[in-house]
Amino acid sequence: MSAIDITDDAVTDRATTVARGVFFACAVVTVLTTLGIILVLVTGAVPFFRDVSPVTFFTGADWSPLIRPYSFGVLEIVWGTMMIVVGSALVALPIGVLTAIYLSEYAGERVRRVVKPTLEILAGIPTIVYGFFAISFITPQLQRVFPETGTFNAASAAIVVGIMILPMVSSLSEDAMSAVPDELRNAGYGLGATKFEVSTTVVVPSALSGILASFILAISRAIGETMAVALAAGMNPTITLDVFSEIQTMTAYMVQVATGDVSAGSIQYQSLFAVGLTLFVMTLAMNLLSQYARSRYREVYD
Amino acid sequence: MSLENTTQPETESLANDPAIETPETIIETRDLNVWYDETQALRDISMEIPERKVTALIGPSGCGKSTFLRCVNRMNDLIDAARVEGEVRLQGKNVYDDDVDPVALRRAVGMVFQEPNPFPKSIYDNVAYGLRVQGKDDNLDEKVETALRRAALWDEVSDQLDSSGLDLSGGQQQRLCIARAIAPDPEVVLMDEPASALDPVATSKIEDLIEDLASEYTVVIVTHNMQQAARISDRTAVFLTGGELVEYGDTEKIFENPEHQRVEDYITGKFG
Repeated sequence: MSAIDITDDAVTDRATTVARGVFFACAVVTVLTTLGIILVLVTGAVPFFRDVSPVTFFTGADWSPLIRPYSFGVLEIVWGTMMIVVGSALVALPIGVLTAIYLSEYAGERVRRVVKPTLEILAGIPTIVYGFFAISFITPQLQRVFPETGTFNAASAAIVVGIMILPMVSSLSEDAMSAVPDELRNAGYGLGATKFEVSTTVVVPSALSGILASFILAISRAIGETMAVALAAGMNPTITLDVFSEIQTMTAYMVQVATGDVSAGSIQYQSLFAVGLTLFVMTLAMNLLSQYARSRYREVYD
Repeated sequence: MSLENTTQPETESLANDPAIETPETIIETRDLNVWYDETQALRDISMEIPERKVTALIGPSGCGKSTFLRCVNRMNDLIDAARVEGEVRLQGKNVYDDDVDPVALRRAVGMVFQEPNPFPKSIYDNVAYGLRVQGKDDNLDEKVETALRRAALWDEVSDQLDSSGLDLSGGQQQRLCIARAIAPDPEVVLMDEPASALDPVATSKIEDLIEDLASEYTVVIVTHNMQQAARISDRTAVFLTGGELVEYGDTEKIFENPEHQRVEDYITGKFG
């Protein structure tokens, strides 16, 4: 009888150790990139805040960084971003949730096989194409109905961003609704609820945290959306409620400066970092909020 | 709600006379056949289920007893592959007639499932759910309390009606589901192995409760626990593999002196 050797250290060989190291290095890359971006934004913004006080920056409502007299009140472009966020949310959240309810509760297998890939195609279109679509199609249509609509306007950009984030809302919400156990639906049907009642009073409340998470991620995407709004909404920072007038978002400002001819080290150049940092903090907050909503969602069925 | 109360006067006169103990039939099936795709799950089932009694359906796994239950309130409608032939009469009306609305049917026939499945809502909202969708939401507090008392859960939860139904133990959750099913006051309560996921203590509570419920409701219970069927039911139907109803009669007779050898073999544990 041969002895069994369980002390053979050749089994866990060097390849295992190397593989572990490679995997770890790849994981570290993403962490380092994130830290690097934060570092660049912060170090770039520090000299800016030496010239412009943070109080002026965050509370000022006049944004004129390129035309004298210079003024750096970020609220005007934050307002522009918020108009896009609210407008696109008004488009995407209701349509997205209703689409998700339809796909999860009503649609047959055949319909689902057509609609779901179509939504994914919508999600894969480059954002510059959306911007072009807004200028060449949505804006002219708006002008036909509302003649006061400008060539560049907030409404057109908000609608197109709404279409852009729609797949995110519908697909993530549908995932959340599909994850609701059939036992809960059966309980509803067993009590004499109609399909509509089961959808609205059992499925949607049970999937609420997942639906909220999809809302927050979509809004976060709308905050950061750049090319479509830079093209369609224009470059005119204003605080206005007129959705048919030209505005400027934070991202559009960054495009304007980054593609313009400001010199490195100038106050305009530094303002990029301050605006970028503000954007980053806003989207980071939204993502954290979304994770919180999701973790609450998991508690429900564990 | 045309399904309710059509034979009520007759039933009451019988119930008022203690000398007569002939229960009315509330559910009657005729030549009921069910297929899932090509597989036949029930074969020519014809049986009568008495009102305000506990009728147990027993048999080995895959014998069709749960399928039978799901035909009574047409929950099988929700399964695409299921095909039903024959009749299921509830107080004389075939529930598979074209003019029957399955939603209305399920309001008259409540159901308790194998796994406790409370909604992720408060205890109160769980019990109130059926009352609300059925538009019976007057005196809601009172009805919720009554249902919880009947389900022998009130004393344990009366001070935490706002907490989630999911925070209860498994046995409490199942009693909550029973309270939810009986709150709208259905004629019939179907139970699909309601105690199979529970521990022995919780099981015995559920069994006591089922016996109590029979004073007001017709209970049809699927179980694969024969002792349970013997303990709590008045009538027992034995389904055997292939979806056949082999023997059906008074529980005592089925367990003490079955007519068929196969039933005796099953009950004494020789197979199944």
